[in-house]
Amino acid sequence: MTEAPCIVIKRAVKSYGDIRALDGIDLEIPPGECMALVGHNGAGKTTLIKLILGLARPTSGTISVMGQFPGTSGFDTLRRHIGFLPEQAIFQGSLTGRETLTFYARLKNAPTQGLDQLFQQVDLLEAAGRKVSTYSNGMRQRLGVAQALIGNPRILVLDEPTTGLDPDSRARVYAIIEERKADGVAVLLSSHALTELEARADRVAILHHGRLRACASIPELRKHAGLIPELRIKAGQEQMSALARHFAQRFEPCSFVNGVAVLNCPPRDKLIMLREILNLGLAIDDISLAEPNLEQIFAAYTDRTPAQ
Amino acid sequence: MKQIFFIALKEVQDGMRNRWVVLIALAMAAFALILALLGSVPTGMTKISSLAVTVVSLASLSIFFIPLIALLLTYDSIVGEAERGTLVLLLSYPIARWQVIVGKFCGAFILLSLAIALGYGSAGIAISLTAETAFTEQAWSSFSKLLLSSVLLGAVFLSLGFLISTSLRERGTAAAAAIGSWLFFVLLYDMGLLGLLASDAGKTIGTDTLIGLLLANPADAYRMFNLVGSDEIAILSGMAGLSLERQIPAMVPIAVMVAWVALPLASACAIFQRRQV
Repeated sequence: MTEAPCIVIKRAVKSYGDIRALDGIDLEIPPGECMALVGHNGAGKTTLIKLILGLARPTSGTISVMGQFPGTSGFDTLRRHIGFLPEQAIFQGSLTGRETLTFYARLKNAPTQGLDQLFQQVDLLEAAGRKVSTYSNGMRQRLGVAQALIGNPRILVLDEPTTGLDPDSRARVYAIIEERKADGVAVLLSSHALTELEARADRVAILHHGRLRACASIPELRKHAGLIPELRIKAGQEQMSALARHFAQRFEPCSFVNGVAVLNCPPRDKLIMLREILNLGLAIDDISLAEPNLEQIFAAYTDRTPAQ
Repeated sequence: MKQIFFIALKEVQDGMRNRWVVLIALAMAAFALILALLGSVPTGMTKISSLAVTVVSLASLSIFFIPLIALLLTYDSIVGEAERGTLVLLLSYPIARWQVIVGKFCGAFILLSLAIALGYGSAGIAISLTAETAFTEQAWSSFSKLLLSSVLLGAVFLSLGFLISTSLRERGTAAAAAIGSWLFFVLLYDMGLLGLLASDAGKTIGTDTLIGLLLANPADAYRMFNLVGSDEIAILSGMAGLSLERQIPAMVPIAVMVAWVALPLASACAIFQRRQV
């Protein structure tokens, strides 16, 4: 794409007193890309989002959102093109869903007639006339998503958009993101649900203690993390010892216990190993190849063992 | 301008929805009627209109009541939204921070004015209809002055509430500060002044200084405006001594109160601008 990046962050530092919440972040999000921001609690995700929204100013470094520095007075009007979903989408319980979105649409100077379509998109059309206090958590979250979509923003910043949503609603939210991406919207998405991001995020930025540990597509991250896929073979006792004998040169005996063999299998050896196993002609119950998932990649980049 | 209007509209909508206005108006009307009924006893055979008595009682009541509800209405408005997490969302919208404050102030002002007008207005009408004095001969000018200045007194404490709400980071401390400032302006200030006068025994503090000190407090400015305003009322309220010695133009206490609205509100905007969200 030839369009200039929507969000450009260069060497951004944000300190609160002695604490460096962000320490030299470089990040670019072009239009039509979905970037996932992952990190532990307190890694600096929310701070980064605040810098992008102009709610906080960087201590040093530059940020440009749609060509402007957030925090200048001219940026106030540019905010119309930003859709934001905060981490906990809380709305005043005394207003109805429709009144809530009408309020936000007015602030964005967006037409209020198009709201039905938004309610439809998040499956809240029937509940639009009810007070928000009667909504379930999932419904509030979806109302929050609809709120972020008001006025066709060019940038979407979604902080944990799928918390508290059932699988159906999650799929719906990701479908909406996909659709907006196709329209050229730049999406920044923070999430703890790492496995969900697998197929959905174009790139993943891993934040750890205020530093950007990695920022690349998931296959690239996988490669750079040096994580090796695992080949798992289920078989009976005899077959297992045959396997152990065959691979004695390459794998420790402890790889073959309890009827399951777990063999590290570098990506380029996949086919060779599979053929080798098949050629042994053993009766195998089951065989699977597990790519390291995003959680393992994340753990590798943040120096922590994955939670079992 | 539009943004301010939308914020104000939402505040009003919310205040109406949670029946805040109705409750406060009912409470005010009830107080006013009770005071009026009690107050009409001593008038007996005198020529003083029953509404004049009510004005005195209501002004004294308002000094306690209106600052309290005004502070309770606003102390939470920013700090509460910050704690609930709605403030970050609101500020991510195309709106300047001062517009948020001014919009919320306008909304709260409309709500409070409505409650005062409904509460005191209904009481005023009820009293004048049941009184022996003719409806048109009642102290209406004093009564309307009371209504208008009560609204202004409300605005002063709404504004102070915003100052508290933008400067403090926790709801609990904001609530404490609201109650504290209420105590200070409404009770402690006068008590302190009284103590000062008693110990000084007229040696150094002259009438000018006393009036200056009284005017500096918006609650006392309100008292001066309403109770020194007309001779009839001044005599009733026991403020005649002050009003006879020095004629203070009615504009002075009003100007003091307007300043007490503008300054805290402007400071609240300035502090909010620098607040980390």
